[in-house]
Amino acid sequence: MSKSNFTRRGVIKTGAVGGAALALPQYLRADGHAGFTNAPGDSEVVLGFNVPQTGPYADEGADELRAYELAVEHLNGGGDGGMLNTFSSKVLDGTGILGREVKYVTGDTQTKSDAARASARSMIEKDGAIMITGGSSSGVAVAVQALCQEAGVIFMAGLTHSNDTTGKDRKANGFRHFFNSYMTGAALAPVLAAQYGTDRKAYHLTADYNWGYTTEEAIVSSTEAMGWETVNTVKTPLTQTDFSSYIAPVLNSGADVLVLNHYGGNMVNSLTNAVQFGLREAQANGKNFEIVVPLYSRLMARGAGENVKGIFGSTNWHWSLQDEGSQAFVRSFGTKYGFPPSQAAHTTYVQTLLYADAVTRAGSFAPCAVAEALEGYEFDGLGNGKTLYRADDHQCFKDVLVVKGKENPTSEFDLLEIVEVTPVDQVMYAPDHPQMGGADASLGECNNGA
Amino acid sequence: MTDQTNPSVTTATPTARPRAASGGMLGLTKKDSTLMLIVFALVMLAPFILNPFPEGSAMAQFNAGYPDLMQRFVIFGIFAIGFNILFGLTGYLSFGHAAFLGVGSYAAIWSMKLVTLNVIPGIVMAIVIAGAFTLVVGFISLRRSGIYFSILTLAFAQMSYALAYSVLTPITGGETGLQIKNTDSPLFGGPTDGSIGRANLFGAEMGNSYELAVGSWLFTFNLGYYIAGVALLVAFYLSIRIFRSPFGIMLRAVKSNQQRMNYTGLTPKRYTLSAFVISGMYAGLAGGLMVAMDTQVGPERMFWTASGEVVIMTILGGAGTLMGPILGAGFIKYMENIVSKINKDILHEWFAFLPDGAEDVMVSIVYPFIGKGWHLTLGILFMLVVIFLPGGLVEGGQRIANKFRRNKTDG
Amino acid sequence: MDQIIVQILNGLDKGSAYALIALGLTLIFGTLGVVNFAHGALFMMGAFCAVILSRILSASYKVVDESQTDFLGNPLQVDVFYVQRWFGDAAGATIMDWAVPLAILFSIPVMIGIGFAMERGLIKHFYKRPHADQILVTFGLAIVLQEIIKYFFGANPIQTPAPDAFKGSLDFGVWLGYEANAIMYPYWRLVYFFFSALIIAGVFAFLQFTTFGMVVRAGMADRETVGLLGIDIDKRFTFMFGLAAAVAGVAGVMYAPIVAPNYHMGMDFLVLSFVVVVVGGMGSLPGAVAAGFLLGILESFASMPAVVDVLPGINQIIIYLVAIVILLTRPRGLMGRKGVMED
Repeated sequence: MSKSNFTRRGVIKTGAVGGAALALPQYLRADGHAGFTNAPGDSEVVLGFNVPQTGPYADEGADELRAYELAVEHLNGGGDGGMLNTFSSKVLDGTGILGREVKYVTGDTQTKSDAARASARSMIEKDGAIMITGGSSSGVAVAVQALCQEAGVIFMAGLTHSNDTTGKDRKANGFRHFFNSYMTGAALAPVLAAQYGTDRKAYHLTADYNWGYTTEEAIVSSTEAMGWETVNTVKTPLTQTDFSSYIAPVLNSGADVLVLNHYGGNMVNSLTNAVQFGLREAQANGKNFEIVVPLYSRLMARGAGENVKGIFGSTNWHWSLQDEGSQAFVRSFGTKYGFPPSQAAHTTYVQTLLYADAVTRAGSFAPCAVAEALEGYEFDGLGNGKTLYRADDHQCFKDVLVVKGKENPTSEFDLLEIVEVTPVDQVMYAPDHPQMGGADASLGECNNGA
Repeated sequence: MTDQTNPSVTTATPTARPRAASGGMLGLTKKDSTLMLIVFALVMLAPFILNPFPEGSAMAQFNAGYPDLMQRFVIFGIFAIGFNILFGLTGYLSFGHAAFLGVGSYAAIWSMKLVTLNVIPGIVMAIVIAGAFTLVVGFISLRRSGIYFSILTLAFAQMSYALAYSVLTPITGGETGLQIKNTDSPLFGGPTDGSIGRANLFGAEMGNSYELAVGSWLFTFNLGYYIAGVALLVAFYLSIRIFRSPFGIMLRAVKSNQQRMNYTGLTPKRYTLSAFVISGMYAGLAGGLMVAMDTQVGPERMFWTASGEVVIMTILGGAGTLMGPILGAGFIKYMENIVSKINKDILHEWFAFLPDGAEDVMVSIVYPFIGKGWHLTLGILFMLVVIFLPGGLVEGGQRIANKFRRNKTDG
Repeated sequence: MDQIIVQILNGLDKGSAYALIALGLTLIFGTLGVVNFAHGALFMMGAFCAVILSRILSASYKVVDESQTDFLGNPLQVDVFYVQRWFGDAAGATIMDWAVPLAILFSIPVMIGIGFAMERGLIKHFYKRPHADQILVTFGLAIVLQEIIKYFFGANPIQTPAPDAFKGSLDFGVWLGYEANAIMYPYWRLVYFFFSALIIAGVFAFLQFTTFGMVVRAGMADRETVGLLGIDIDKRFTFMFGLAAAVAGVAGVMYAPIVAPNYHMGMDFLVLSFVVVVVGGMGSLPGAVAAGFLLGILESFASMPAVVDVLPGINQIIIYLVAIVILLTRPRGLMGRKGVMED
């Protein structure tokens, strides 16, 4: 019996079977000849860019899409080549991937796992996408990663910061370049201790969902290791817009630091509210009251406006980095679109290049071969310094940026300044770290699909 | 919210009298049999009908004949048919139906994680659990009517959503939802080689597809789709029977005049509660099928916008009509999955035949309505349909049909 | 105790936002019998009036500053604001700073215009249509409005701060004998509360004491009879729609500094405002206001750490739980009229 779980449409386009199929209806064993889902034809290969185009993260999705388009242009030999010129691996030569022109399809995740999976499935089933990438939330990343595992295609995660993506929900077909909650905690805590002292009392407001939990856990454990005390951790509903009733009790709780484990609109609003309630001018325990935002994004910092000034956080990448790779990327992105790229754009651009590079090095589009090429791969020149794609959990290990809101921004993009580049060794952890799902977490077997 | 006095709604169901015994097949009237046959043909031939354009052509973008979307068409069709049994007949507007679908989904995935990867028990569990949950919610909510009822159902659904997203994370998986994992070991027939189990029907996996190539057309026949399709046919058949039964008449009576019913000694609540539970079980069936086709559940499936979506599907298609909900569901899912995927590159391809300047102008005119602008198109279409087709898409269909008929008689 | 006082303040503040939106919704519903799902979008448009005016006031032109470079290494283009050029640096900065209060004046005619256009162009044709159709068409309109805003302003929140004069907090506790910092409350939120109270009082006074208002109230009670008396009730209803839109609009303008506006903030408020209206009782203006404040205060209390520790998740569901309890104990909400939207 011929059967396939996820089928590809490239078959007809490439004419591999077309002629034979003309005369009589015929059951195709899709990809039987190639042994994996959506094996591309000889002339082109299709990538699926699955980003939020509607909903609260639509702007980040739009920036990701710009970066993808740029990456495709560079892979196909267009533009100035961007980070291809600085990438430590030199196998990509601007002739597409393995000589096939790179095409892409786009979809809308709506930042909902159902919609994201529907969109990803249509890319795999209808458009013959060989790799899915993108997304701007961990719920979506975990859902789509599981789908890609099942379908037998590679998933290159976009912006997802929850430990779970490469922790308890890690998958053999899924890869993450972005950093995670644990790394944020490990990088941020020493800087906070140096800035604010080691006898601080922290009050956490945490978004009441998965990412919030892992971030809170990471920050609590790493700051307590520095000698801080955690006064209270309060969960706030995802749909909350006015945080006044959560902010108001903070000042009387005995705490002298407020940690906002919030992202996106939640972060903008909780930070704005905290500033309104005068927390920044306040004194507690004889010290200046401080606010910390563990995960920064430049797009969101812009939404928070003046309120971010002087507030510490961490970020995966920032356009003001002076290394060659970052400069090259900022130059080509800025020239094309007129403004500097965000960290979401950077991570998705890099992921696309890394995928193309791995395929080329493996000499095959087969997901298992690509995965093998990515596992344990060390590279440089993509903006984060020396980076390792660890084989055990498919997480990239690289330096982490600790940033703070800039006091005197020169433009609407110049909102964050880099305080410290935390070296990778400091944010390293064991693959079976308890925050990462412990010993139970496993990648499973890689899946080639059909 | 219930004064559905639309003439077209009633014309679509002209024979309200039960005529179960008056011939036709399966106890349907001739007219209903025809309708049933049409739906049967549509479901069975969908892989052809939805893929009218050859592969690789510019229009292939509009093909909808791939498994995921076909499955969604029928699953949301079932959901909307069930909703219509409540709303179309009794006029009670539930604004929390997505919760029943979500609860059904959670029940199904737990059945697959713990008991067996076979979809049948999962779907049965989904229907039973959703039915039980609906019974509780309905028993409480139906103490009120009109908008008060709507808000009660909305409140239950929003509470389910909020709790599933946060404090119930141990049961629901929270934001990241639940998937089948390689560490799951169902009681019967899980994979033994450490791979991730797949939903199946006695060993045949839902993802199995046959592809048929005819010329440059490619048609996909997917097992999961046909299983969902059979469920839709059963659901549709039952819905016809309910519409035509004495029970259905009672439900219509609830809508038109509750007081009179009370005077005649009938208790409307019993009938509305039955209708509510039936429609909740339909939602459970839809939720179970969703998990069977794509083994994952997330809480946003229960958010109020999802409840709103089924309301809109039903009204858009034509509330109170048999076909309306299916059309409405298809319309919205098509927009969501096809229009949202058109991007600027594709537009440039389409308009490539124009001279450069004109091409750019056309692209910039169309661009706001596609891709990330698909919501805008959806909103405009909602307004256009409801302004010009008061009876929903079904009325549009009838107008076209009438036109043809008139032309025939004229000619 | 100090915490309870703070939460009451928070509740009043949240409540005044809920009450203002619910008031407009009830006005439209009570006078026109239309279920307006676009009301949240009107609130959002109001907030964007503030954004738009602040953009207009900070309109600028670029001057190349050779001494600095931008991110690509080109000479930096510095924004020079027209208002500062015209009125001098200090006065110009003050004008930009006061964008939000000025936006109230700006928003009223804009929102009344939008309200008129909506009523004459669309809603008018739906008076006799089923509520379901009204929901669908206004929901479609809401999507269209918010997508238009998204097209021009993007999806991210846009910070729209209050004037510097209103930054910071009032130390309430000191007046009540508590130590410093015990009860702090931001000035702008206090302004918001008093402003809302003023608007609510204004609307009630208008309906109560003017002839116009009396006719409208009569029309709410019995539209046909009023029509038979030869009064052009339609025109007055159009005006009421404009008024409701303006109320939603100014509520949005004033809310902009509290929560940075984004294009879907209307949808976030939509469901909540319907719950408020229904809990208050359909067709009752005082009910809507009372329910707004009640739910606002209860929501604030439910988010206190002490409460959440005892009942995990209560802060997530409190509004809906209260709605269920009230609707089950009082069939028509707090002050609902018999026979309105009950069948």
